[in-house]
Amino acid sequence: MLKIFKYIFFDLVRSRWTYAYFLFYLALGFVMLFLSNDVSKAIITLMNVIVVLTPLVGTIFGVMHYYNSREFTELLLAQPMKRSTIFIGQYIGLSLSLALSLLLGLGIPFLFYGLLRSSAIWDFGSLLVAGAFLTFIFVALAYIIAISNENRIKGFGYAILMWLGLAIIYDGLFLISLLVFDDYPLDKFALIATMFNPIDLSRILILLKLDISALFGYTGATFKMFLGTSLGMVISLLVLCMWVVIPTWLIYRIARKRDF
Amino acid sequence: MIEITSLNKKFGKMEVLKDLDLSIMKGGIFAVLGPNGSGKTTLIKSVLGIVVPNSGEIKIDGKSILGQFDYRNNVNYLPQIANFPTNLSVKELLTMIKDIRGKNAADERLIKLFGIQEYLDKKLGHLSGGTKQKVNIVLAFMFDSELIILDEPTSGLDPLSMIHLKELIAEEKAKGKTILITSHIISFVEAVADQIVFLLDGKIYFKGTLADLLTQTKQADLEHSIAHILEGTYA
Repeated sequence: MLKIFKYIFFDLVRSRWTYAYFLFYLALGFVMLFLSNDVSKAIITLMNVIVVLTPLVGTIFGVMHYYNSREFTELLLAQPMKRSTIFIGQYIGLSLSLALSLLLGLGIPFLFYGLLRSSAIWDFGSLLVAGAFLTFIFVALAYIIAISNENRIKGFGYAILMWLGLAIIYDGLFLISLLVFDDYPLDKFALIATMFNPIDLSRILILLKLDISALFGYTGATFKMFLGTSLGMVISLLVLCMWVVIPTWLIYRIARKRDF
Repeated sequence: MIEITSLNKKFGKMEVLKDLDLSIMKGGIFAVLGPNGSGKTTLIKSVLGIVVPNSGEIKIDGKSILGQFDYRNNVNYLPQIANFPTNLSVKELLTMIKDIRGKNAADERLIKLFGIQEYLDKKLGHLSGGTKQKVNIVLAFMFDSELIILDEPTSGLDPLSMIHLKELIAEEKAKGKTILITSHIISFVEAVADQIVFLLDGKIYFKGTLADLLTQTKQADLEHSIAHILEGTYA
């Protein structure tokens, strides 16, 4: 697996797209920090960008990379290696190169800003952790969709729908249901519904760390009320881990029986 | 060497291989022929484990290969379409495959033979189709394996490389290797193949030497005997 991962990673870190993605975060980081002059505000703005953008980029890159490397995957499948090794190696290579673009792209401007001396370092850390989780989660989901769909157009369509659903439609439905069932106790429902959306979950993880109650919203407040800040963070981290582990296991399962 | 019994493969509702039986002895060049969609590539990919059959058994040297992967260290494969990671150099790709196999490779001789020394440090995304196919051939022939599987090996090759390819195939045959080839280029098949396996509708329609096929179909050359078979079944 390490061999596959190594070369896929080499290939991707030299790709124009990875550079463009890195430069985007670099520019965003510098602009946010030096225009707002307030680390907390910059982190919140960045959070709003990251929780939508990393899933989108992970989804598109995941689907694109899978379809582009189909013939190469065939060549690898003819080598003396387990199937799961090939797919998991490719998945980790892609996710890690994207996560690294995010980490370096935002990390460098913050280092320049003197983050290491500021107390905001942990807030900033939670931002990067959430971004990295979202990258791994959405690349895995995109891979599952691509492996299950021979037709590229369909695969792309489903993947974009998946992103749209989790990033935008889910919140809409969630809000509507809160309004409609206003008369009922909805705390537990809200808590569970959040678990099923990694984007909401990472938003709450960051907000709990920042401890800005005005921005919590309903779910954030429920999280804090029921679980408290530290337990809330531990649980949201654990559920995010599950969001990586289960899709990865699914890739493994599907890849075992797939024809190429 | 290869023993295939009642192999079935469906893609959705389409039955590609139907109860196919085939046995291939060790040593020699076997050309797998058939019209488009007759299951040539599916058959080859089943032997490689790239396609998972619905039922049936494939044995190589008496051992079942279904669900196995170690046996592929003794199988070389030339895929039909050469498409590699665009940002790796030719050299890095060769190193990667050597890394995976951990076997001695005769890549330097092949690189010289096909004249791709000057491309070694170029990125694979910048190579022309023909040069990619040459890299593909180097990858397929650089290891010393008992079984060599070539899927449309001639696509995109210039005449000189075609001659080198034929020489390579003859060399491997002389070493007692088993070589499976699919090709649409009839003259190429006539020039290299010892035995012909003709697939039709997911079954083996004919297996034997070229001379046998010509006598059976009462035709003068391979092209016409294939046309004869197809006319007979589709007319």
